[in-house]
Amino acid sequence: MTSAPHPPRPVLEVTGLTVRHGPRRRRRTVLDGVSLSVAPGETLGLIGETGSGKSTLARAVLGLVPVSAGTVVVDGEDVTGHDERRWRALRRRGVVQYVFQDPLRSLDPDLTVEESLTEPLLVRGVPRTEAAARARRFLDRVHLTTALLGRLPGELSGGQRQRVAVARALVTEPRVVILDEPVSALDSANRVRVLDILGELRADGVALVFISHDLGSVAGTADRVGVLYRGELVETGTAHAVVNRPGHVYTRLLVGSAPTLRGAPADRAERDRLRALLHA
Amino acid sequence: MTAPSRTARPGAVPPVPAPPESLPGDRADRRPAGDAPAPPVLSLRGVRVTDRTGGRDVVHGVTFALAPGRTVGIVGESGSGKTLTCRAVLGILPEGFEVGGGTIEIEGTDIATLTPARWTALRGAVISAVFQDPASYLDPSVTVGAQIAEVVRVKLGLKRRAARRRAVELLDAVRLRDPELVGGQYPYELSGGMLQRVLIAAAIAAGPRVLIADEATTALDVTVQAEILDLLADLRERTGLALVVVSHDLAVVAQLCDEVLVMRHGEVVEQGPADAVLRDPRHEYTRLLVTEHERYGLEKVLTPEPSKETP
Repeated sequence: MTSAPHPPRPVLEVTGLTVRHGPRRRRRTVLDGVSLSVAPGETLGLIGETGSGKSTLARAVLGLVPVSAGTVVVDGEDVTGHDERRWRALRRRGVVQYVFQDPLRSLDPDLTVEESLTEPLLVRGVPRTEAAARARRFLDRVHLTTALLGRLPGELSGGQRQRVAVARALVTEPRVVILDEPVSALDSANRVRVLDILGELRADGVALVFISHDLGSVAGTADRVGVLYRGELVETGTAHAVVNRPGHVYTRLLVGSAPTLRGAPADRAERDRLRALLHA
Repeated sequence: MTAPSRTARPGAVPPVPAPPESLPGDRADRRPAGDAPAPPVLSLRGVRVTDRTGGRDVVHGVTFALAPGRTVGIVGESGSGKTLTCRAVLGILPEGFEVGGGTIEIEGTDIATLTPARWTALRGAVISAVFQDPASYLDPSVTVGAQIAEVVRVKLGLKRRAARRRAVELLDAVRLRDPELVGGQYPYELSGGMLQRVLIAAAIAAGPRVLIADEATTALDVTVQAEILDLLADLRERTGLALVVVSHDLAVVAQLCDEVLVMRHGEVVEQGPADAVLRDPRHEYTRLLVTEHERYGLEKVLTPEPSKETP
């Protein structure tokens, strides 16, 4: 495994990101001093379990949750202190896009595939004919036929829907796309299809942040992998290094728990030992 | 490898934390037999499930025999008929579906001959099940300890206090830390993994010989999934419990099962020892599932031994 080239300027740079939730008395730290950066054309995988803060990280980068400390710099612009109006302006530029686990959250159920794909362009003043041409191009990018252009999301299979959501995220030619569990709701054939597409996007120069609980999906797609545990980024490295030489106890347990066709990489006694260590 | 070797004797079982008292099913005769093969606790022969309204078979002939302490896995995507097969075994097919052919025997008894009263006696005491969404099987307004105690009271006829005590023992047996505390909590206070342990505790309360786990770990985090799978393996070794593990995930089945059935569109397309089926799949559909798994499986990144010098 080769590590991705690191051009000087990352398109996403998160430094000391801290998010606290709840009323003052019972405030919980959901993200604790997380720092990471993603370069153009690079895929950063973020792995973590329920409650690890991985979705909060995505939402903080998208300006959807208030940041308690730290900075988020997108394409050279410090967006940490942005108010709603400036966030809207930033979103309108389409620099950062996102894909959620449930494509129905990314797609308007009342819009046809064509409308879903052209709408983000039309609101940015792209002429209709060019918008239509781009919609077709990006539908092709996710290996769907133009026969689907007239369909509503409800008339598509789950896998087709998620690919439309990916196409919609790409159509504004963003610098960064955040994907939060994009394949978790898909069956195995569609999971492979969507992951293959994510791999192909690297050539386009777009930076991907791929958030998942599934180490296999992330390791097979990402250049670098970060492991979030209880709000902290406990480990980062190339996918190969994190999987084969995990440092943190949680990462060791995670790798040792992942089911493979040859059984889990660690045996039961080793997992028990790691659990005891982790909960000590 | 996590699967016990086929010749393993009870004494060779790796040490596991012993429950405070023996579990209801903890009898020597329920342990995997070292010598003579034990008679199957569950056997299916050519089982068909028919959709009466559509007038067609949705499961076309499932056959397997499950001995104490053994595990059979059923793999398939949604709509493959794996869950209907389980429901047929449990006598809880949805409205409009019926066993249209073949026989299902639990401890040698053909379930077609069972009266509703015998079914009630059998469920929980001989055959039990856990499913994907544990919360939906629990009453949100009753503590989990009280719910397990109720199962124990009804199934084992224990008095209220003894049932409470038994419930705590069962919560301990499913390796919940601080079982007393957990027993006093309501379902909403527990995580998905803890709830699934509670459901397993309830399912094994009356010492069943067969436990069906239908996508029981699907909604859980990977590390929690492994905890539940390890727990099932422990119970199997400790009590001779026989398991039916149903999953869309080949790797989950690979980890736990001796025998595997691969189902598609109601049909068993391949069946055999788990090792053989997963390492050397014969049917094109099984091959496809294996290829899809491996394309983004951890195996691809995992190098078992350092193949090159690390800087």
